[in-house]
Amino acid sequence: MTAAVADVHDDHGPAKGFKRWLFTTNHKDIGTLYLVFSLTMFFVGGAMALVIRSELMTPGLQFVHPEFFNQMTTMHALVMVFGAVMPAFVGLANWMIPMMIGAPDMALPRMNNWSFWILPVAFGMLISTLFLPGGAPASGWTMYPPLVLQTGDAFPFLIFSVHLMGLSSIMGAINIIVTILNMRAPDMWLLKMPMFVWTWLITAYLLIAVMPVLAGAVTMLLTDQFFGTSFFLAAGGGDPVMFQHIFWFFGHPEVYIMILPAFGVVSEIIPTFSRKPLFGHDSMVYAASSIAFLSFIVWAHHMFTVGMPLSGQLFFMFATMLIAVPTGVKIFNWVATMWRGAMTFETPMLFSLAFVFLFTIGGFSGLMLAVAPADIQYHDTYFVVAHFHYVLVPGSIFAIMAAAYYWLPKWTGYMYNEAAGKLHFWLSTIFVNLTFFPMHFLGLAGMPRRIPDYSTQFTDFNTMASVGAMGFGLSQLVFIYVLLTSKKGARATDRVWEAPRGLEWTVPSPAPYHTFDTPPKVRVAQESFE
Amino acid sequence: MIRKSLLCLLGLIWTSAANAEWALNMPRGITELSAETFDLHMMVFWWCVAIGVIVFGVMIISIFKHRKSAGATPATFSHSTTAEVIWTAIPCVILLLMAVPSAETMIRLEDSREPDVSIVVTGYQWKWHYKYQDEGIDFFSSLALPSVRARFKESGIDPFSVENYLLEVDRPLVVPRGKKVRLLLTSNDVIHSWWVPEIAIKRDAIPGIINEAWFRATETGTFRGQCAELCGKDHGYMPIVIEVVEVDAYQAWIETHHDAGAKIAQLGTRP
Repeated sequence: MTAAVADVHDDHGPAKGFKRWLFTTNHKDIGTLYLVFSLTMFFVGGAMALVIRSELMTPGLQFVHPEFFNQMTTMHALVMVFGAVMPAFVGLANWMIPMMIGAPDMALPRMNNWSFWILPVAFGMLISTLFLPGGAPASGWTMYPPLVLQTGDAFPFLIFSVHLMGLSSIMGAINIIVTILNMRAPDMWLLKMPMFVWTWLITAYLLIAVMPVLAGAVTMLLTDQFFGTSFFLAAGGGDPVMFQHIFWFFGHPEVYIMILPAFGVVSEIIPTFSRKPLFGHDSMVYAASSIAFLSFIVWAHHMFTVGMPLSGQLFFMFATMLIAVPTGVKIFNWVATMWRGAMTFETPMLFSLAFVFLFTIGGFSGLMLAVAPADIQYHDTYFVVAHFHYVLVPGSIFAIMAAAYYWLPKWTGYMYNEAAGKLHFWLSTIFVNLTFFPMHFLGLAGMPRRIPDYSTQFTDFNTMASVGAMGFGLSQLVFIYVLLTSKKGARATDRVWEAPRGLEWTVPSPAPYHTFDTPPKVRVAQESFE
Repeated sequence: MIRKSLLCLLGLIWTSAANAEWALNMPRGITELSAETFDLHMMVFWWCVAIGVIVFGVMIISIFKHRKSAGATPATFSHSTTAEVIWTAIPCVILLLMAVPSAETMIRLEDSREPDVSIVVTGYQWKWHYKYQDEGIDFFSSLALPSVRARFKESGIDPFSVENYLLEVDRPLVVPRGKKVRLLLTSNDVIHSWWVPEIAIKRDAIPGIINEAWFRATETGTFRGQCAELCGKDHGYMPIVIEVVEVDAYQAWIETHHDAGAKIAQLGTRP
């Protein structure tokens, strides 16, 4: 009798209606919220990208004024970086980390709720600036002073929303670290943790280290604007370049915050569909840690044109080149995982393979950018735009897509529509290359970034890129179709795929609202996979 | 597909020499240092191609040979210290091969001592101001009128009908060939960046700071560039044009400026 009562209590489901989502402290609900929010922002930011690409389709101004164009480039970046990519990875972390380490939930569930619900507020505020007199911020997401101080009424909204995004990220990161370090199943040693958990642990430390730096930088902008300080104003004895140093001290680790969890995702997926364990698990951990460490000492490679002392330029050039070594190790390890495996090509694997190919191309242009004299030519051109979109779109976003397809059956309990998934993959891959590959040529030929109009010799490649961008945008509707029909497929088994390993595959699909009331035995789980 | 785009890229670069209008690669430029920069760029590019051929090659072989539908059975290895040492060490050596020449070029780029001509370049929202330090000449350089007329929304003018659309100025910067020209860059308002690809100079013009850059042009001609740092709404409309002329022509140009200046001064003092 008492046992039955206890069971009823243990098995209580979520509250009904909107209260379930507003008050939830459940890691799966919060994970879903993060992912839905991220997808929404992906479309909002994507729409802004399409405004940009429509204007750049042909020379001359057809649709927007230069002011609005600059607002679009600025908002597109802020929305995509802080609204789409980062929350998507936090959502994946919320859903998967407790299940992968054998924990019942995140360690700090109420804070978890708070760190999510701050985000819609922050972005509501940021996006509302589009309707303010003077419009949205237009000084680029890098917010360089003195230009950013010319922002109109949107300025305090920009600063405050960046503060809120930072708060959300820091709380999310603390939660992830506490969960990983304290709530692992008893026989899961640190070096036994799955790569996704490892990369997120490292990412969370990066977040805690650099988000406060960004908060400091934007606070100094705020006081420069409203309280008479001159941190970045030369006329008052300040230094505009100092902002860039502080910003990129945040900004470069931020780049790895957006790619390390992606490394984790593909390190889960490639072994599953190669039917072979991940090659060099420990060296992957060391490589990710080295990348994280190096990310703190390369920031000024974003600033080779500001006039640094020669010794500084040489240091940042050498440090930047070094990053190629651990990144190379990761790519070689993925290739070695595939080597002599028995591969199949379901949608998550296709996205992961494209990730390895196309992220590597982004890595190559990154290596070219590391060469300081050449960087002086590439800096602030479309070559840079091509580079960071290659590492962010077919890099981070493809990894997020791969993760969504990989774990969707575990989330919903049904197999998604594989044919539609493959269609989504092929369309995305073709169009992403059509969009971003020509940008390399534009940059080398001399087209600066962030310009609303261009000289006529740049027309052909811009038109190609614009057509590609429209195609890429439309292809994402296939993903919506997959999600809407995600419960129409066959029932998913517990293991879903043929050969995945990891604790998340030992629980039923869909995963029950509360998983692992008692800590699982990792060894028992491993043996059950043999 | 990647291989295809790589091959495509190679093919395009091959044909690019014949098709200057449809530029695909960085210009080699007209200074020793721009040529060095170009060579560094190509060196790293070819290293990337070589690494890409190997990595993508192995991957593609895997994808075709080691697939379940081809009857592959998975191996079980998950570690090889030898392999990992090799693919850590080789990239280090390659990086060293890239770093040394890059550093050498970098050192030469920064050596702006003993210039023949010094020009103060000041960025304004949204035009450039040039001041020849020793010649007492100074003037603004803004977007040329035909482009100004065509640039606005619904201007009714086809950009293709405007020669050097958005890349023409009313008064270009004139410099002598073969002389060491030093630029001293600063700004009057926000950060701008003075960029002319053909001389491989891109240097930020920052309020409160004076930056240096230098070049020695080896060819005469007209070379174009643009502001490269977002500086507000008309960031895309402040081009840079330099005219490299022989030393005699440069002297003559200075004289006409002095004459014009004297005439204006006379006009000012007329009772």
